[in-house]
Amino acid sequence: MLQAIGVASPSVSFSDHYNKFSVSSIRSFPVIRSDSRLISVSGSVHGSFKPKKVIAKATATQTESSASAASKPGHELLLFEALREGLEEEMDRDPRVCVFGEDVGHYGGSYKVTKGLAEKYGDLRVLDTPIAENSFTGMGVGAAMTGLRPVIEGMNMGFLLLAFNQISDNCGMLHYTSGGQFTIPTVIRGPGGVGRQLGAEHSQRLESYFQSIPGIQLVACSTVYNAKGLMKAAIRSENPVVLFEHVLLYNLKERIPDEEYVLSLEEAEMVRPGEHITILTYSRMRYHVMQAAKTLVNKGYDPEVIDIRSLKPFDLYTIGNSVKKTHRVLIVEECMRTGGIGASLTAAINENFHDYLDAPIVCLSSQDVPTPYAGTLEEWTVVQPAQIVAAVEQLCLIHISSYTHSLAFPTMTSSSNWRRKLFDLSMKYSVQTRLLVLNFYVKKRKNLGCLRVSEAENLGSSWKVGHYEKFLDRVDVGRDRRISDESWLEVECY
Amino acid sequence: MAIWLSRSRKIAHFLNPKIAYFLQPEDFSYKIHVNYVNSSSFRTLSGENFRSPHAFLDNSATVSALQRRCRRPESTRAGEQVETRYSDDDYEDENQAMDFPGGRVSFTHEMKFISEAADKRIPCYRVLSDDGYLIAGSRFEQVDKETAVKMYKSMVTLQIMDNIFYEAQRQGRISFYLTSTGEEAINIAAAAALTSDDVILPQYREPGILLWRGFTLQEFANQCFGNNADYGKGKQMPIHYGSNKHNFFTISSPIATQLPQAAGVAYSLKMDKKEACVVAFTGDGGTKQFRSDGVVVKGQAYGIRSIRVDGNDALAVYSTIRAAREMVIHEQKPVLVEALSYRVGHHSTSDDSTKYRPVDEIEHWKTARSPLARFRKWVHKNGWWTDDEESELRGSIRKQLLNAIQVAEKTEKPQLAEMFSDVYDNLPSNLHEQEKSLRETIKRHRQDYPTDVPL
Repeated sequence: MLQAIGVASPSVSFSDHYNKFSVSSIRSFPVIRSDSRLISVSGSVHGSFKPKKVIAKATATQTESSASAASKPGHELLLFEALREGLEEEMDRDPRVCVFGEDVGHYGGSYKVTKGLAEKYGDLRVLDTPIAENSFTGMGVGAAMTGLRPVIEGMNMGFLLLAFNQISDNCGMLHYTSGGQFTIPTVIRGPGGVGRQLGAEHSQRLESYFQSIPGIQLVACSTVYNAKGLMKAAIRSENPVVLFEHVLLYNLKERIPDEEYVLSLEEAEMVRPGEHITILTYSRMRYHVMQAAKTLVNKGYDPEVIDIRSLKPFDLYTIGNSVKKTHRVLIVEECMRTGGIGASLTAAINENFHDYLDAPIVCLSSQDVPTPYAGTLEEWTVVQPAQIVAAVEQLCLIHISSYTHSLAFPTMTSSSNWRRKLFDLSMKYSVQTRLLVLNFYVKKRKNLGCLRVSEAENLGSSWKVGHYEKFLDRVDVGRDRRISDESWLEVECY
Repeated sequence: MAIWLSRSRKIAHFLNPKIAYFLQPEDFSYKIHVNYVNSSSFRTLSGENFRSPHAFLDNSATVSALQRRCRRPESTRAGEQVETRYSDDDYEDENQAMDFPGGRVSFTHEMKFISEAADKRIPCYRVLSDDGYLIAGSRFEQVDKETAVKMYKSMVTLQIMDNIFYEAQRQGRISFYLTSTGEEAINIAAAAALTSDDVILPQYREPGILLWRGFTLQEFANQCFGNNADYGKGKQMPIHYGSNKHNFFTISSPIATQLPQAAGVAYSLKMDKKEACVVAFTGDGGTKQFRSDGVVVKGQAYGIRSIRVDGNDALAVYSTIRAAREMVIHEQKPVLVEALSYRVGHHSTSDDSTKYRPVDEIEHWKTARSPLARFRKWVHKNGWWTDDEESELRGSIRKQLLNAIQVAEKTEKPQLAEMFSDVYDNLPSNLHEQEKSLRETIKRHRQDYPTDVPL
């Protein structure tokens, strides 16, 4: 059922399938009450509440075994072939569509996206241009203003910086400044992002630079399915669209439908529904996130992964629904820290969904450095799955000081020498919140080596030390992490 | 099919990459002669060494070139003509020459640097003398009375329009203006030589073309005042006219952005196989910042046919553009026309050009070299124009303009919603929200909001 996630209507809700915890299991979930910091407690602590349904599939799309491939509907192809298929279908459908770019004609495109098109449509319609990005982008603008629908390829997105004036002032503005008399239905596309040792100038994330330009739309494709759909949508759009492809994703293989389909340029894609945290990503980082998701699921977390796809405008509807559900957001991007897509998305979510956030938004991006050539350095400039896992775990520690609903300070006799603070969390968090984050305060007590767990209904059930230590892995005990037999915690369950 | 008109201070440039016509060599029976870069062999305008305006490729060269390379793709065939042209070399010996893209390159044992400047500058084609007399022996395209009178009247209208709008800016009635004073001949004569199907990509000093094509004084005023009758809906500065029905692309302020776009328009016309060309204009700012002999010599550097013409001579400009247009459409190649002229006015209302040029120089070009005066003398001599008609015209234009300004001033400004329209084809949600937010702000602070913008 998770295969359905890639379809064109990401608004389909899967939450019904994943209502992992019944009410009773919620109520027996341990709540540790204490003092300053809240810590995540996952379902794995409870031997009996292994949330099996949620962990069923960490990844969304499935690769079928080759044995059954022949009988499956659709056809299998690589991402660059899908882009070509989309482009070819549009060129067949509309004779005004033409392609400009360096080596798109006879060479077939440096990433083979336009292979065979020049032979089919002629080398005027699939035009080889000189190495003059500003000129041929301007040419695309002029052609578009006279009624053609050019698809302009930048051999590498970074080269389009030379065409910035044409893209920003003319593509973006001429529709507006002419009072709507001229339209610019261009598609500007090309590979960008950090590749394998391509050097700093060829590893750029131009979505950062373009996102402010009014009048254009930005989309990033990440799978074979959405590459074809977005290419077709971009060509059909009356607005100038910049389609960001990624150098390392061209050889992805996937099975896509035979029927024609066009995706929406403004919609995000629900990759993996979840409950604990919303992870927003796009392009290649989607795969790093999904890899991290596998690890996270094994650790008992349930991340919701959304591929935002539309970089301008953001699909705040899908994102908002997710934030309202999970209350925590992690953005994983390849852009640089300053001024990237993540920075804008952070601002947009903060502005619109501040009330629903339980924690500050965390944005994992590349450092503000030119991409180094050395392979090891290059790898660490890009966000890796391990960092994503660590960030999710970190995000699930929340300061509850602002969420304190009631404080109770029962004091024991001075001989017992401990104090506890109780925080009543059940009123604040709905049953759907899986990661209950809790504070506790450990104080040494002389003669107890076990964790006392008292349920609201049943008092007195307790845990052995073994459980307690395993549990404490996830627990921030303040500065002193050494637990001895003499420490104990009071735990209450709801 | 494109013409690029560029002024040094005005120059024209034609761009046209299509080649289909070369497959019928029998149509072409002219001879051409090669122009080498360092040649000082330019004779008179009708001399042998010039490529005359209606020259096409020599038959044999064309046919053989194409036969040799008929399997090469269309887009590279333009290059072949260059190669064939240079193929009849003196050095046929293999050891003395080398095949190189663009033709054979012969070797020399003399180390000779090509001079940075030719001995003689490229001469300038002109037909009318300063006194308005036709220069003997000049070849030009004859202009009939109706066209000539229309041309003159348009030049006068343009001049008066410039004066009055400039004054209006000085009075604070419009925010900005830019005159074409001194360049009226280029504006009008070029427009007259083109058809209404030819697409214009202006820099910003070519409103005369719009005027010729029927843009009314009221429409000019509307754009300058940015009212709701402006086709641009008040979204651009004054003088940034644009009209798709007149095939006049909306002006964009930065210099030379329209030049690559012209290539795109040419491409589009070529795809549609239209009998039309595109003309892109640019001035010194776009071309002449360097130490070459203007931009006309750069034509050859780009493999583009070029000519230098006297931009203040309406007849010469007319003939040149007519010829260039024919060449461009039939040969499907670009042509560069450098029209020498002088910008009499300041760059714009934000400029005081007396700071960087002498006042008497301005005066000289304004009076002694005025294109209007020169053309008027010629039209007058032909008996096609009288002084009475002159004063009547001037009075009438002036009145129309003042009226247009008054009407434009009173016309409502575009409504607030237009601020958000045309960014995209449909209003996206974020702009919708921003509009809502703006309206709320306005509602709360009504007194701070201008009263003449309807909500």
